[in-house]
Amino acid sequence: MTTRNRRGLAAIAPTLLASTALGVGLNPALAQMTEVGASEGQVNIVAWPGYIERGETDAAYDWVTRFEESSGCKVNVKTANTSDEMVALMNEGGFDLVTASGDASLRLVAGKRVQPINIDLIPSWKNVDDRLKEAPWYVVDGVHYGVPYQWGPNVLMYNTEVFKEPPTSWNVVFEEMTLPDGKSNMGRVQAYDGPIHIADAAQYLMAHKPELGITSPYALNEDQYAAALELLRGQRKLVSRYWHDAFIQMDDFKNEGVVASGSWPFQVNLLQGEGFPVASTIPSEGATGWADTTMMHADAANPNCAYKWIEHTLSSNLQSDLSVWFGANPVVPSACTDGSGMQTAEGCKTNGFEDFDRIRFWTTPVSTCAAGTCVPYYRWVSDYIGVIGGR
Amino acid sequence: MSFATEPQGGAQPVSHPARGPGDRLTGLFWRNPRLLTALLIAPPLIWLGVVYLGSLAALLLQSFYSIDEFSGVVVREFTLRTYGELFRPANLDIIVRTTTMAASVTLASAVLAFPIAYFAARYARGRWKAAFYLGIMLPLWSSYLVKVYAWKLILAKEGIITWAADSIGATPLLNAALALPVVGGNSLSTSYIGTFLVFVYVWLPYMILPMQAALERVPVSMLEASADLGATPRQTLRRVILPMAMPGVIAGSIFTFSLTLGDYIIPQIVGSSRLFIGQAVYQLQGTAGNIPLAAAFAVVPIVVMLVYLSLAKRQGAFDAL
Repeated sequence: MTTRNRRGLAAIAPTLLASTALGVGLNPALAQMTEVGASEGQVNIVAWPGYIERGETDAAYDWVTRFEESSGCKVNVKTANTSDEMVALMNEGGFDLVTASGDASLRLVAGKRVQPINIDLIPSWKNVDDRLKEAPWYVVDGVHYGVPYQWGPNVLMYNTEVFKEPPTSWNVVFEEMTLPDGKSNMGRVQAYDGPIHIADAAQYLMAHKPELGITSPYALNEDQYAAALELLRGQRKLVSRYWHDAFIQMDDFKNEGVVASGSWPFQVNLLQGEGFPVASTIPSEGATGWADTTMMHADAANPNCAYKWIEHTLSSNLQSDLSVWFGANPVVPSACTDGSGMQTAEGCKTNGFEDFDRIRFWTTPVSTCAAGTCVPYYRWVSDYIGVIGGR
Repeated sequence: MSFATEPQGGAQPVSHPARGPGDRLTGLFWRNPRLLTALLIAPPLIWLGVVYLGSLAALLLQSFYSIDEFSGVVVREFTLRTYGELFRPANLDIIVRTTTMAASVTLASAVLAFPIAYFAARYARGRWKAAFYLGIMLPLWSSYLVKVYAWKLILAKEGIITWAADSIGATPLLNAALALPVVGGNSLSTSYIGTFLVFVYVWLPYMILPMQAALERVPVSMLEASADLGATPRQTLRRVILPMAMPGVIAGSIFTFSLTLGDYIIPQIVGSSRLFIGQAVYQLQGTAGNIPLAAAFAVVPIVVMLVYLSLAKRQGAFDAL
């Protein structure tokens, strides 16, 4: 899921993602830069809250100050809470870069708001995770419209006092059952309070109802979609409260007797840091996840500083610290192990670094899909409201 | 003019000091008193007309657009289709849920507030009166969010109330309340009962204050007259005090009712995740990009309030104003 309440957020800001299906028809091949020249003195970036830290929230997390000193580019950050907001800001113009999530990135490409990136101008490109180098959420027709920034899975968080062994299936949150402690899971599990959770249900059905023929949880025909909604209606009976805000979910694990829920590594890390008995796993069905990309505005006023920033984002030190700060995964694998920042091999494992192949990254459901006609995101929103309301 | 050459009709010539722009302005306003009034009232009128009503009109306009189901783009053509969508069962649920909650919160607030306001208005004196005001206002001075989060903890399954009920052996009572259909739930903090309690707590001061102001205006002589004429205390309350306090009750109920109708934070933090109107607006415009439906939803509280006010007017609630 892309927008989450990221750190520093005690805010109520629910943040889910964005929306609107896009008509397709991506048209690549705009001019790209051929060399990086002198600094313009500044770079303007639209980013998720907590993504670009200059040590103001916590002095230990600062990956801006040194860049400003060495490059001569002042970094101006405008935070945005939803992908819609990001797309709107980029449409308005006046920004050089954006940390776009999987749903916003293709919209920006389709709207010709971002320009191709010349990866030859980015020396650190060679360090980027091979699994991400050609990812479909930012590479269109072989053209790179950005550079990966961070990614993460939506894991299954569970209470280790109830589950002595990690749960092996998402069925603990989807089907009524008796948990290892002998009590029912009724009222003791949670689910995400956003329409994108329909994709988690679809992914569960992929494994358990193969006759539905679901190939991607983000491209569902009417029958597959109806089956996913049916599963979610059953889940409504198990869930007392859907989670929306990371801190409220943590509180529910502590005070409401919740023992299992889809979650982000962010909450797992924080709760473990407080000594609370939780752990996370990616069950046999796999998991959904999010992947963000640094993209450059088609009319960027400060292209040289923008390229310098992109190069900087791929430094092992930044990736390492950011992945700790955010509970995400670095896009430069060496950041997990080379000790350049605070991240460790174990931390990367918790954040799901080794489970890349089992993660289906979030994309906006659109009407036109490989199978023909699919249910667009617009309907996911209204139907999920109905499901939570008991319809 | 020079009086040396042309004295006029024997009158003493008058010499005016030079007239500055300030004097001329004063003269202008003196001759056209309405101009001054218009100038003074223009800024607030512009605020009301442009900023306040203008944004409301923009909202109304949006609600007559619709969203293209295929591309998710807003179609800027007038249609009533978006309003039609409000009547889909899931959306109707949201409206009924919110209005029912607002009505019950208002009723409960009125019942709770009356004795408090009555005591504060009639019996509390001096220090006591100050203490009353402070007690009522104090919760308003702390952050709304802090209060709501605190209530989430109080009502949690492993919170103070559960613990207290356990200590005094009232757990079966609590469980019975939570087992009620519809309003019950897994714990107080995930049920409608919890949402209701927090709403009442947060909005109660807005009911007490206007009620107290109205009660203070009831002359003691009327109560004495009522008693002299043989009315029992109950009759005095019903026939004299309540009718005279009604404007305060109505004013308070407008606050509690409309504040509950529009709130989107309490039901998100305390409750069962079922949407209220405010949350629906928030999700539809932010997440779904469905601004027309969000605007149509936003019109609902306006309509409900208009209906409510006209009913109150018919009941003669404003006659005493």
